[in-house]
Amino acid sequence: MTSPSPTRHSWYEESARGRLAHLLDPGSFTEFLGPERREFSPHLGLFNLPHQLDDGIIVGTGRLDGRPVLVAAQEGRFMGGAIGEVHGAKLTGLLRAARQMKRDVVILFDTGGVRLQEANAGELAISEIIRATLDARAEGVRVVGLLGGRAGCYGGGSLIAGCCSALVISEQGRLSVSGPEVIETNKGVEEFDSRDRALVWRTMGGKHRYLIGGVDLFVDDDVAAFRAGAVAALERPATLDQAVLTAEQARLERRLARFGDAADGTEVWARLGVAHPAGVPDLDTSAFLTIATRKREGADAAR
Amino acid sequence: MRPANILSSLFPAGHDVTEAGGLLGGSGRLDPQTPVDVVGISGKTYPGVDEALALAGRILSIADRPDAAPLLFLVDSGSQRMSRRDELMGLSETLAHLAKALWRAEQAGHRTIGLLYGGSAAGAFIATALACGSLVALPGAWPEVMDLPSMARVTKLSLDVLTEKAAGTPVFAPGLDNLFATGAIAEIWDPDQPLCDQLKALLATTRDDDGRAGWGLERGGRVKAAAIAREVQRLALAHG
Repeated sequence: MTSPSPTRHSWYEESARGRLAHLLDPGSFTEFLGPERREFSPHLGLFNLPHQLDDGIIVGTGRLDGRPVLVAAQEGRFMGGAIGEVHGAKLTGLLRAARQMKRDVVILFDTGGVRLQEANAGELAISEIIRATLDARAEGVRVVGLLGGRAGCYGGGSLIAGCCSALVISEQGRLSVSGPEVIETNKGVEEFDSRDRALVWRTMGGKHRYLIGGVDLFVDDDVAAFRAGAVAALERPATLDQAVLTAEQARLERRLARFGDAADGTEVWARLGVAHPAGVPDLDTSAFLTIATRKREGADAAR
Repeated sequence: MRPANILSSLFPAGHDVTEAGGLLGGSGRLDPQTPVDVVGISGKTYPGVDEALALAGRILSIADRPDAAPLLFLVDSGSQRMSRRDELMGLSETLAHLAKALWRAEQAGHRTIGLLYGGSAAGAFIATALACGSLVALPGAWPEVMDLPSMARVTKLSLDVLTEKAAGTPVFAPGLDNLFATGAIAEIWDPDQPLCDQLKALLATTRDDDGRAGWGLERGGRVKAAAIAREVQRLALAHG
């Protein structure tokens, strides 16, 4: 990996509030049910765990390149961005408003999935968020997901991402259902060595997801790049109908037929026609995009 | 109840539902006028990319038909299959696609009813049973997000402590009663009464917007979610 340029401002390292401040037009953000309302989790006390006044998610409205949007940002530094009852309900309420207002939504994902201390409430919240997302998309609302957070986008969070109309990812973004540690704990280190960071990137990292068409845009780990990516993603169609889902079915079946017996990310990339697949993790963004735009499987709005 | 008994109680006039590779497919008739499509996942199968896509494909073909036959989704699964290959191939996309297929069938006029008769967990639960328009269960069903021993490992609490805490709240521990209390499940059916009558009664009700947070409040298992979602929605609309 090349060292970041001095002008770069890492999205990965930023807090959820910091990311929102850089994403939106200056001074345009209004928060709903912010920390001053003290709507925190009622369940963490049982486990003697500290709460956070916004329950690890910021929801509100603002402008992005002049265009009004609803926004939600998960804070990966609070309980790994995990989704509990209040956290989840804030996002559900925002998406229901989006449907009524026909207002596009941008979600800044940073989550390990369900918060185990309130697992049932969190699991159900994810199901409600998914339904609210799809109902909003049925009204033509775009739901854009940004994937570049510290905690990645795992578990039920990755299923919500899979329901978005467009996804933007950085190299550091990780998108998968079972995380490396979960696979290792359940299936053994032979199946997945969670300490092998290179394996993690090759299996669920941003470059692999972009190459197989699992996401739509690949950007630098930089706040300005994510802003530009979000603006571009908001230009993509939000249509969710029989034709789109039939196309997604065909797209995912084609992926399995083409790569389903590949043992590693590098083998998938070789089959895509990438000349030096082992070198892909070392490419900087512009070199990677030069190759990837020619060789990748596109998502073709079939999402 | 086992799938064979469930299917004969649901469809006394017969059915052609078959099982292959842990997946169920076919159809039955509640009465001569009411055909029902059946899909399912059985035998505690852990759905991976292959199973999720096969199920989604069947559901999308049903959604594409002009009729409005209800779709029954029988569920006895594990969690999502945990493997390097499944994640390499994009399991999050395929499970989300399965949830979207169920949503699409409902949009296209087919009531989607999940019938949880065994296990289900984690991402598999979200993409199957919980993605149906209505979810019912049979006693003995065992939904869970994560089992208590695994939860003990992650939370670094002893199993005894977790078990003791679980007695006081339905919010985190596995099991049908806990999931029912949080509002995940509309009804628990009586296995001693004909299931066809209970399905007919459910189909006679109209399904409106997602009311699961309201049930969680009524049943005392998830008391904040409904009000929080409503308040955020109100603030967003008021801001304009």
